[in-house]
Amino acid sequence: MERAGLYAGAALGQVSEVNVRTSQGDPLLDADFFRRWMTAAAASVDREAERLTALDSPIGDADHGSNMQRGFRAVTAVLEREAPDTPGAVLQLAGRQLISTVGGASGPLYGTLLRRAGKALGDAAEVTEEQLADALRAGVDAVMALGGATPGDKTMVDALVPAVDALGTSFEAASAAAEKGAVATTPLQARKGRASYLGERSIGHQDPGATSSALLIAALVEAAGE
Amino acid sequence: MSDSSKKMVGIVLVSHSAAVAESVAELATGLAGGGVTAPVAAAGGTADGGLGTSAELVSQAAFAVDQGAGVAVLMDLGSAVLTVKALLAEGDELPENTRLVDAPFVEGAVAAVVTASAGADLAAVEAAAKEAYTYRKE
Repeated sequence: MERAGLYAGAALGQVSEVNVRTSQGDPLLDADFFRRWMTAAAASVDREAERLTALDSPIGDADHGSNMQRGFRAVTAVLEREAPDTPGAVLQLAGRQLISTVGGASGPLYGTLLRRAGKALGDAAEVTEEQLADALRAGVDAVMALGGATPGDKTMVDALVPAVDALGTSFEAASAAAEKGAVATTPLQARKGRASYLGERSIGHQDPGATSSALLIAALVEAAGE
Repeated sequence: MSDSSKKMVGIVLVSHSAAVAESVAELATGLAGGGVTAPVAAAGGTADGGLGTSAELVSQAAFAVDQGAGVAVLMDLGSAVLTVKALLAEGDELPENTRLVDAPFVEGAVAAVVTASAGADLAAVEAAAKEAYTYRKE
């Protein structure tokens, strides 16, 4: 309901897009969509693992790519094995798997993001994009509470917050916002995580966590396109 | 565990390094002196022996030291802290009455194990470990 007001104040082009969408009914997302999302994220992390590790070398401990790869491979495997049949169950299972397999801080952080989002979706068989946006916002809030990071600290939060803000518009807009947020971490000085020990020397490097967060959001577009 | 009727608080030591977790466990148990010492378990490194944190090792360690009097978990930094927090939020991955203890790793572990070995309850063990933050070295 709050969103209606938001849309009303949006640019004309966006309003008409929203109208079209509303008149057709918001597309419903089922467990299959969420499995495709996780599979697309895993494939993307696979493709970009070297880049993530390279970004993590100057300001981290050079394991972000391999950690994320191990985690998302395990997610794909467990989703195939257990075949959860609601959106909430898919995300909760994926989150639990990330917590137990990643081995670095991104495990509990991404795990909390997905698990909390999954809990927010409850046991509905299908959810709207708006419900997904609200659930991810709850997930991002939980990540900020867990890690203590806020926007501007040069963390995954810098990609996730703008992404969730743009999710009301479209997956494409969310993906673009996440990518922009990740790129914008480059001039920032890290205030959380291992990179924060480097102080000013953390400036000039794009944050690996924000970069992998952008991959996760971009995978939504892929999942919707299939 | 021993047949002692007195249940003791269990201590779990979580470090990025298996060697660090095990050595601190050995140090703390050694300093707790003779007699029956509280159960201590090290959960260091990843499951494949690398540097990092394994949620499964943490969970196993916590159940291994749980005698029913509560479990105090001490961590070094980063993913160790976040993993324990995420496990506590999960609900069923750690024994009931498991507490994250915010304390310096080595000094806090010694204080926790000595206090728990004396038969103190979980709140007293936590307080002793936290107090280690106030021991200045200069």
